[in-house]
Amino acid sequence: MEKVVVALIGNPNVGKSQIFNNLTGGRAHVGNWPGKTVEKKEGKCVHKGVELHIVDLPGTYSLTAHSIDELIARNFIVEEKPDVVVDIVDASNLERNLYLLLQLLELEANVVVALNKWDAAKSLGYEINVDELSRLLGVPVIPTVATEKMGMEELKDAILEAAKRKERRKNIVKYGEPFDGIISEIASILQKDGELSSKYPMRWLAIKVLEADEEVMKTVSKSPVYDELKLKLEEAKKVLGEDMEIALAERRYSIIAETIVPRVLTGARPLTLTDLLDKAFLSKHLGIPIFLALWWALFRFAFDVSAPFSDMLSMLFTELGKFVSSGISDPQLASFIADGIFGGLGTVLSFFPPIFFLFLGLAMLEDSGYLPRAAFVMDRLMVKLGLHGRSFIPMLLGFGCNVPAVMATRTIEKEEDRILTILVNPLMSCSARLPVYLLIASAVLGPWAAAATYSMYILGIALAILMAKLFRTVIPYFKGKPSPLIMELPLYAVPTVRTTLIHAWERGRLFLRKAGTIILLVVILSWFLSNYPWEAVHQNGEFVIENSYIAQLGRLLEPYFRPLGFNWMAVVALFFGFLAKEAVVGTFATMLGVSEEEASSALASAGVFTPLTGFAFMAFTLTYTPCMATLGAIYRETNSWKWTIFAVVYELALAYLVALGIVTFGRLLGFT
Amino acid sequence: MRVRVPLPLLPENSEAVVVEVRGGWGLERRLAELGFTAGARVRVLRSTGPGPVLVLVRGSRVALGRGLAMRILVEPAEGV
Repeated sequence: MEKVVVALIGNPNVGKSQIFNNLTGGRAHVGNWPGKTVEKKEGKCVHKGVELHIVDLPGTYSLTAHSIDELIARNFIVEEKPDVVVDIVDASNLERNLYLLLQLLELEANVVVALNKWDAAKSLGYEINVDELSRLLGVPVIPTVATEKMGMEELKDAILEAAKRKERRKNIVKYGEPFDGIISEIASILQKDGELSSKYPMRWLAIKVLEADEEVMKTVSKSPVYDELKLKLEEAKKVLGEDMEIALAERRYSIIAETIVPRVLTGARPLTLTDLLDKAFLSKHLGIPIFLALWWALFRFAFDVSAPFSDMLSMLFTELGKFVSSGISDPQLASFIADGIFGGLGTVLSFFPPIFFLFLGLAMLEDSGYLPRAAFVMDRLMVKLGLHGRSFIPMLLGFGCNVPAVMATRTIEKEEDRILTILVNPLMSCSARLPVYLLIASAVLGPWAAAATYSMYILGIALAILMAKLFRTVIPYFKGKPSPLIMELPLYAVPTVRTTLIHAWERGRLFLRKAGTIILLVVILSWFLSNYPWEAVHQNGEFVIENSYIAQLGRLLEPYFRPLGFNWMAVVALFFGFLAKEAVVGTFATMLGVSEEEASSALASAGVFTPLTGFAFMAFTLTYTPCMATLGAIYRETNSWKWTIFAVVYELALAYLVALGIVTFGRLLGFT
Repeated sequence: MRVRVPLPLLPENSEAVVVEVRGGWGLERRLAELGFTAGARVRVLRSTGPGPVLVLVRGSRVALGRGLAMRILVEPAEGV
């Protein structure tokens, strides 16, 4: 079958992923761009007997070398030479969106414009003359409404037609003198280098040389024509000024504002719904309360709805494990299948529902246009804390589950800010830690149980702030201020069910694929450690965990934890807490030989903890090593073992210090 | 010549024309891409100090950190 490669590009918030989903039927292959943490989505569809292979490029405003996203997008167009580039233009925001389009035309890409949000433009009172726009730009323009799948067939037709038209249009954008003269002079110098001229569009390369684009300068500095080029650039500087990148940006915008927009766009701009809603959502006094209310609703939604699904999945796998292993006569193999394989799968899958529903709710907030508003409202506070306005959402999500929280840091553009947010995120006390607090607090803290539990959340926030400040000042990589907020606030819109469902599904699947394998391996390892040596642990049908390798390890490590007042049982519980923090409860129950419901009273009578060491244990549980699911997410999102290991080490050290501090000061104050 | 003021000093709902974006932080390019170039008309939608500023520029709403916005010098439009 004939195959056509189509790249989708556009500014953020133009409905690009909706168009992608419409074209591909929502079936995407999600991966990463080679060597980058930036996500790459590909899909395909067949139209009139031709296979369209669709590549979703990162959303960008421009095609400079200043950000990874922009470089990825532009390198794909320059190097992979897709047959057609579909630029998705927001019809309700024509002026700014045309800026990217002009750069695509500079690149001599075979452009088809999807003029999306056609309905929103209409409702704002805009009349856009599509034929005139198409004539001025020299490319086909198709009005679309992605949310209603309007214009999709026409878009596909236009793609096929453009793919057939092989010759590319050149020199469409004229910058006027003195720009065009200088650009063609530079281009004619570059033309002499056969290697460059066979690879790059000459006029585009000349423009980038003029802009002193880092990547392009690296390439041309190796060229034999470089000396001649330098002389020409010196000359150009005298005419155009020092910063020609800014000068050209100005030029592009004035072309758009003076010669394109007035000819194609008419209609007044009334006070829009967005301005009205912003009055409330961005209000000085109401902004934060509204935000807190919405966040609470999101949380209740995600965790209340997902809890039964998670429980069902765990139960299903436990039962399945029992069922399968009942047919196996060898007890070791049976245990491996039931507890190792099926138990592990159950653990992995039980994370899926909260991630799915949290991202579903988050996608709804995002698609409605609210999420950037929340970052706007919280920016001042977060900057004071050494974080970024956009760190706020991930931090809050952390109270539910750190896994989606770490994944949600993607909206933070600068890598330093993003990694810092990821590193302190596990200090937000996730819902899995609550059962542990409840168990210990009710066992040994009596009337102070509720207050102690509550204090853990406050402690987590305080530690996160402290650590963010510390890392900013101590680690050279994070030095300096968080990058200032620059963020577009899109128009509010009603989110579509389909898009949000696809988004949530993609996130959940990504988690299963990437973090899931790590979780499964660790579950199997811990199964081994707690079941072997086999004969010693399984005596006359009794499960004697005291004899297992893990108990031996616990005893070996006990001396190190003695200053904190933890015995080997506590150490073993913490070890299993690494699988999933709530596993601490189950481990205590197993070791004390009681059910989980009776664990609290058994723990109290066994005298494992005093009130003081119990409190220290709670603080340790809060702070120490993120659970492995979170670690899996940290590894996936930072793409670095270095940061993943750093997260483990610093949190372990911090937990130890915090618990030691509690025990020491507690004793000084006369607590036991 | 008329007065030039940093963008965040304008009252809410006032309009102005960008005169100059001062360098530093290497962010003037990003601002230019978003449409903050000399001659661009802007309208301050929200400016509750010391928080970020929300500006309407070239048809889109852009939130800017206050410190960053201080680097955008504007000339208040007539009749405001």
